[in-house]
Amino acid sequence: MEHYWQEIGALTMRWVKRLSREKFSMLFTLVQPMLFWLIFFGNLFQRAADTQVTQAPNYISFLAAGVVVMTVLNNGLAGGVDLLFDKENGFLERLMSTPIHRSSVILSRFLFVMTITSLQVLVILGVAFLFDVHPATGLLGVATILLIGMMFGVGLTAISMAMAFSVKSHGDFFSVLGFLSLPMIFLSSALVPLVAMPGWMSFLAKFNPMTWVIDAVRPLILSGWSEALPHVGMVVIVMLVFDALCLYGGAKAFRRAMG
Amino acid sequence: MDRAIAIDVKQLCKSYERHKAVDDISFQVYAGEIFGLLGPNGAGKSTTLRTLITLLHPTSGSAAVFGHDTVREADTVRMLIGYVPQERAIDRFLTGREHLELLGALYHLSKTEAAKRIDELLTLVELNAHADRPAKTYSGGMKRKLDIACGLLPNPKILFLDEPTLGLDVQSRLRIWEYVRMLKTRGLTVVMTTNYLDEADQLCDRLAIIDGGKIKTLGSPAELKIALGGDIVSLTLKETDRTAGLEAVLKDQPAITSVRTTDKGLDIRVESPEKALPAILDSANRLGCNIEFIQYNRPRLDDVFIAHTGRAITESVPETGST
Ligand SMILES: Nc1ncnc2c1ncn2[C@@H]1O[C@H](COP(=O)(O)OP(=O)(O)OP(=O)(O)O)[C@@H](O)[C@H]1O
Ligand SMILES: [Mg+2]
Repeated sequence: MEHYWQEIGALTMRWVKRLSREKFSMLFTLVQPMLFWLIFFGNLFQRAADTQVTQAPNYISFLAAGVVVMTVLNNGLAGGVDLLFDKENGFLERLMSTPIHRSSVILSRFLFVMTITSLQVLVILGVAFLFDVHPATGLLGVATILLIGMMFGVGLTAISMAMAFSVKSHGDFFSVLGFLSLPMIFLSSALVPLVAMPGWMSFLAKFNPMTWVIDAVRPLILSGWSEALPHVGMVVIVMLVFDALCLYGGAKAFRRAMG
Repeated sequence: MDRAIAIDVKQLCKSYERHKAVDDISFQVYAGEIFGLLGPNGAGKSTTLRTLITLLHPTSGSAAVFGHDTVREADTVRMLIGYVPQERAIDRFLTGREHLELLGALYHLSKTEAAKRIDELLTLVELNAHADRPAKTYSGGMKRKLDIACGLLPNPKILFLDEPTLGLDVQSRLRIWEYVRMLKTRGLTVVMTTNYLDEADQLCDRLAIIDGGKIKTLGSPAELKIALGGDIVSLTLKETDRTAGLEAVLKDQPAITSVRTTDKGLDIRVESPEKALPAILDSANRLGCNIEFIQYNRPRLDDVFIAHTGRAITESVPETGST
């Protein structure tokens, strides 16, 4: 057990070191979601968005939940990229030839992605706060948001890692990634509530796990516990199923690649 | 042979989809020797090596390292080996020292033990001065040295080197050969792959020539050359009319294995040049053959390779079916 922690600690620190040496990229990953989506998009659609439809005091406060979950989505889906590069340049092979527990590399990646994502979510909520978006459920609500975000993130990161282990080239990986992420956003309640969507889109959006996540995060920010709790309960169940499926698929892909 | 066996490979096969990358190979590596797998691109060298280091499961057959099965006792095997992959498996963002520290933790060394070994290794591969620079600033040779230091960090009993000098300049190659010989004197067993004939010839105690997933021949470089039938003495004669007569006389000499007529004279395979040369000159004198030129060749490993695979190592492998 002590060995296990030593391995995971060292591997996680490697991800942290890499990030800290890619200062430029770090700035972008941190700043991009809040800058582009929350500040630009939020203010841009301030007057175009109908508050009767969004059921929110202003568009930014409506969008905040969407941006939080979009960040979780993007970080999760990109979570396997570094493993992909490790696989391609042989570093993964070097790690796996050492007597580490087979799951250590993967766990370190989960740990890292979840930590970075949580920090980003906190920054986004902080920026939203500056635009007068005050989470209705307080600090406990923020903690709940983080928890839901992590549950969603675990599944997404598992998908991403499964892809990293299965694809033949990293070109394939990025094509699939690009193909997945935008429809996930547009076919969800991130930017527009389902009721305001064309029928076929809102129909598809109902099957998008991201919609469930946003529908739980949004009342935590906008309304309060009484409205949020049923959604939170629901999303926990949906996420347990989602994570189980993704982890199962991820484990299979990992065994195929490493067996 | 009563030498300790470090690696025992039995009827090992590894297939990808329907393509057999390694096709029923068996061999043993003795403790303390430098063993080479020599073969052209795609021969199955890396696949064999990856099986030995527990990264691949054999499709059939088995491999054991110091008696431990690479599948069932993978963790024990991993504790005994160091691995230097074919690709420069380097994280550009980490410094040389950080690479070694990471591995130290993965081999469960304590901080002090790791620090001690890291200092030793950095000195050994002469990377001390560059240890705290990110690896992306390293030259190809420096990256290779770091690779080797990483392979040695666990203080392994066996070091696996996959094409250790691929793409290096002559000086760096010689350096790495020196390291490998030095490791041998420290008691390490070294298993390496290469597709350089001179490397296999000069460095390996024994080698297996592998082609198309099969072992074509195995032995020490000297044995393999001798097995071809000894050294070759090539005679160029002034007049070719008495060639046949000379050939007939030489054929019966005890030190000579075979004689072949060429367009300029004769190619004579000899067991020991010390005995054969005087006999050849003597016979030529008696028959009154004037020798214009005499050349003496030891068979090179190239000849061994051609004899066993039917082509030179530089010629590309004929494509077989799937990719
Ligand atoms: N992961 C894989 N999937 C499918 N085929 C593979 C895979 N790895 C290797 N092969 C095939 O197995 C054969 C042997 O490959 P291997 O890497 O062992 O060759 P090698 O002798 O190391 O060659 P090189 O000198 O180029 O490194 C090749 O035909 C290769 O295409
Ligand atoms: Mg190879």
